Amino acid sequence: MKLREIAHSRTGDKGNISNISVIAYKPEEYSLLEKYVTAERVKEFFSDIVKGEVVRYTMPNIGALNFVMYNALGGGVTRTLALDIHGKSLSSSLMNMEIPDK
Amino acid sequence: MKKILIGSGAGYSGDRIEPAVELAEKGNINYLVFECLAERTIAIAQQAKLKDPNAGYDALLVDRFKAVLGICHRNKIKIITNMGAANAVAGAKKIREIAEELGLSGLKIAAVSGDDVLNVVRDGDYAIMETGEPLATIKDQLVSANAYLGAEPIVEALQNGADVVITGRVSDPALFMAPAIYEFGWSMDDWNTLGQATLLGHLLECAGQITGGYFADPGYKDVAGLARLGFPIAEVQEDGSFVVTKVPGSGGQVKLANCQEQMVYEIHDPKAYITPNVVADFSAVQMTEVGKDRVLISGGKGAPKTDFLKASIGYKDSFIGEGQISYAGPGAAARGQLALDIVAERLKLMGVDYQEIRFDLIGVNALHGPKLSAGHEPYEVRARVGGRTKNMREAVRIGNEVETLYTNGPAGGAGAWKSAREVVAMVSALVPRSLVSYSIQYEVL
Repeated sequence: MKLREIAHSRTGDKGNISNISVIAYKPEEYSLLEKYVTAERVKEFFSDIVKGEVVRYTMPNIGALNFVMYNALGGGVTRTLALDIHGKSLSSSLMNMEIPDK
Repeated sequence: MKKILIGSGAGYSGDRIEPAVELAEKGNINYLVFECLAERTIAIAQQAKLKDPNAGYDALLVDRFKAVLGICHRNKIKIITNMGAANAVAGAKKIREIAEELGLSGLKIAAVSGDDVLNVVRDGDYAIMETGEPLATIKDQLVSANAYLGAEPIVEALQNGADVVITGRVSDPALFMAPAIYEFGWSMDDWNTLGQATLLGHLLECAGQITGGYFADPGYKDVAGLARLGFPIAEVQEDGSFVVTKVPGSGGQVKLANCQEQMVYEIHDPKAYITPNVVADFSAVQMTEVGKDRVLISGGKGAPKTDFLKASIGYKDSFIGEGQISYAGPGAAARGQLALDIVAERLKLMGVDYQEIRFDLIGVNALHGPKLSAGHEPYEVRARVGGRTKNMREAVRIGNEVETLYTNGPAGGAGAWKSAREVVAMVSALVPRSLVSYSIQYEVL
């Protein structure tokens, strides 16, 4: 199934760093996120876009993961040539990631 | 038990105006906060101030204050904002003028200065946080440098009876922390309470982003009433816990999912969110729905503040030239791709001097590149070429090579558009706290 079926997401930017949350709709499904949505998979997923490291922070208190992606925004909102200057649309793309069915 | 209500009237400089009017009229709030200062705004405002000493505050200051100042004065709501941008003192004078036009009296307006650290970074030996390079490498291009001040000057202004506090660069959460610190007398080294107060500011600073904005995804996350989105109110208790809510009957929603998304928005390590006042820790935060459009939030913690303040530094970086043109119907993507290939060849043939270039097909691959976009044929596409150059002349040539596709390119090229602009970009550096001090000027009427 698609990640979209069990999680929602929001992108933020600070300079050339993008962060994407992945948040379980149901607390009991957070463990699936922790198991299947790894930093390695997210880095591979965005390999065309993210040139730096991807670091994952776990936030079990709210059923969320936070992916911090370095060198991801073509220089950041103030100088990038990209159409999506903030990388706002990245979260929606990540919702397309495949994870094993429940 | 004492409780204060803080409303968030704007989440960025261009935000909608009337949600703040709704908060002031119907929100029963004690404070109305406007966060209006993006990273680059202050650099552009600094350039405006150099040309005119009375300029350099937010472009929408007049519209926003005309809309809310009378209502806030009548309802005894204090206003806190960073709309001062590069010139809080001039902003305060303009607010005074508006108050006089409205016939208001008994109003004290505080202007906070001191965030301008351009001279400090010019003279010092600092590293650019993003690259590690010395700041000296862009010394001749510097436009502005502004340290993120904390809540202290705003708290002091409130203690001195200010009804309106206007600042330049302060940390966004500080705009919301300050009234709570002032009202409840929290100590500036009560790190856990300041951590929770940071969470309050962090959740409210983007206004509509916690009440249903930047959230809707039809069929998965439906939100009603986005055209009349209500902006958030925090009902803050003395222990720092607070309920996020909005004016009943306004559009949008305050549910767990909205608050969860906003908590993770633009943070990195949830255990170390560094601000001028505290290193906040969100790892034990608890959120509970306690009613319709009511979420109770507690558990923010903190550790002592660092010895440094982050400064946001504007510099003249480059120029960007851009052109776009559309194609539709059968073969639209192929014609769009042909258009891009032609422009790529033309830029080389004509010897256009660019340092970086990008070719996109909007509707096909512009946002995420070829891998994530593979496998569909759109009805219409828009070819886009953007390039970075060292001067305006070369930047203009990029858009021109897209526009000439009208008569020289593939069939059916439509709606060409071009632009060329100078880029003032931003980097950051850490400045010793001891080199930064603030001052407050008051306008009284």
